[in-house]
Amino acid sequence: MSRLYVARNPKVATRGLGDETMIMSGRDSTLFTLNQTATILWQSADGQTPLDEIVEKRICAQFEVEPAQALEDAEALARELARHEILQIAQEPIGNQNPSGEAR
Amino acid sequence: MSLLEQMTVKALHLNIPLSVQLDLTYRCNERCVHCYLDHDDKGEMTTAEIRHLLEEMAEAGVFILTLSGGEIFLRKDFFEILEYARRRLTFCVKLKTNAILIREREAARIRELGVESIQISIYSHRPEVHDAITLVPGSLKRSLDAIRFLKSQGLRVIMANVLMMQNLADHAGVRALAAELGVECTLDPTITPMMDGDRSVLSLGIDQQALRQVFRDSALVGDVDEFCATPAKPRDSELDSTPCSAGHTTCYVSPYGDVFPCVQFPLPTGNVRRQRFIDVWRHSEQMNEVRSIRMKDLATCTSCTHVGSCTRCPGLAFMEGNMRGPSSQDCEKSFARSGIPSANMLAKKRGNANLVQIRTLPHPALEARTGALA
Repeated sequence: MSRLYVARNPKVATRGLGDETMIMSGRDSTLFTLNQTATILWQSADGQTPLDEIVEKRICAQFEVEPAQALEDAEALARELARHEILQIAQEPIGNQNPSGEAR
Repeated sequence: MSLLEQMTVKALHLNIPLSVQLDLTYRCNERCVHCYLDHDDKGEMTTAEIRHLLEEMAEAGVFILTLSGGEIFLRKDFFEILEYARRRLTFCVKLKTNAILIREREAARIRELGVESIQISIYSHRPEVHDAITLVPGSLKRSLDAIRFLKSQGLRVIMANVLMMQNLADHAGVRALAAELGVECTLDPTITPMMDGDRSVLSLGIDQQALRQVFRDSALVGDVDEFCATPAKPRDSELDSTPCSAGHTTCYVSPYGDVFPCVQFPLPTGNVRRQRFIDVWRHSEQMNEVRSIRMKDLATCTSCTHVGSCTRCPGLAFMEGNMRGPSSQDCEKSFARSGIPSANMLAKKRGNANLVQIRTLPHPALEARTGALA
């Protein structure tokens, strides 16, 4: 099975609010909020770390979730965010990311 | 409730300044007749100071950053600031400008940096009216050229039309122009007093009769019957609510680093050159006083028929002398909508009647005393 890589789109606006992350699409100014686990995925989306590794090391390590289900959910979320051009997804590593994904 | 409203409620609960307007300069290349600013440069923040402030704002949780002025493009470091705000600190950035310095190159750069929207002041579709307000010949043409450049980049542009007696006949023309250019349009009949307290510019505002006409234009207000309906009795929850977002989830920072609850609320609360932004936001005595006000605490307005539906601006009330008092411009709006005078208007009427008695009664005595002294 091929691995999936995810990278934050640098054109979005983003900020942490409590345990959530607000993201405004650069394409159409639509506002999204990410919950705590989705925020971890967003922060880890450096284009270099495969999604399964993010799920295993960052999500399953912090939350009591079944790994296969967690990966399935993460893939669905990544594809949904990519549809809104918030994340980029590819089957190989993506460019160099700046550190701006950290929610302040 | 929209997602942004939900986030605003959360920010209010967490005491986070979700949205800040930062004026980069008060200098301007137009001289709009109604402008409330003193355009002299009295020591603007440097590039380094602004970068530092932006870092503090991001740390404090500010998400929506409106860069305004003055004319923002008069700052030579404008794009450096914008790039830092967008690329490094990932703010959602909105711009307010007259746009007359925006050409193809600037429009392309704004697009590249992912600005959310650009609000541009347009007073009329007719050059002779618009230019007579900005006092700059050719300014309408230059602003409209800029709108076309920005639109060609796919950017969101909003025409802001401040309504005065001078351009009262032109708001439909401005809306038609906005539709033709494919941009949004807002109309605002509010004139803000000068920041030094001078209220002479208020005489430029539209009168009660014109306000009534505007409020009965369905193209502007939607359902006229609903907009102009007799206000319902306020619910207890409304009386317990806060008057507006100023000081609660939003604030304003001047080019000199002064922090205010809002651009229209000149109550100094601190200065980011001497204090951390978050300390001013959380601990300023003045900011906390603004936060303590609830609708039920308002001096005259609590007993007013309009209290549940009024657009009362606490900043305008402050400029009239009492942040807990009425804002006369908003009283006029409530009256124009419903035909029912506000409690403030009725009190003034009573006050005026009393004043006549006070002034008429002492005259003979005063004359006698004067005579005696002579």
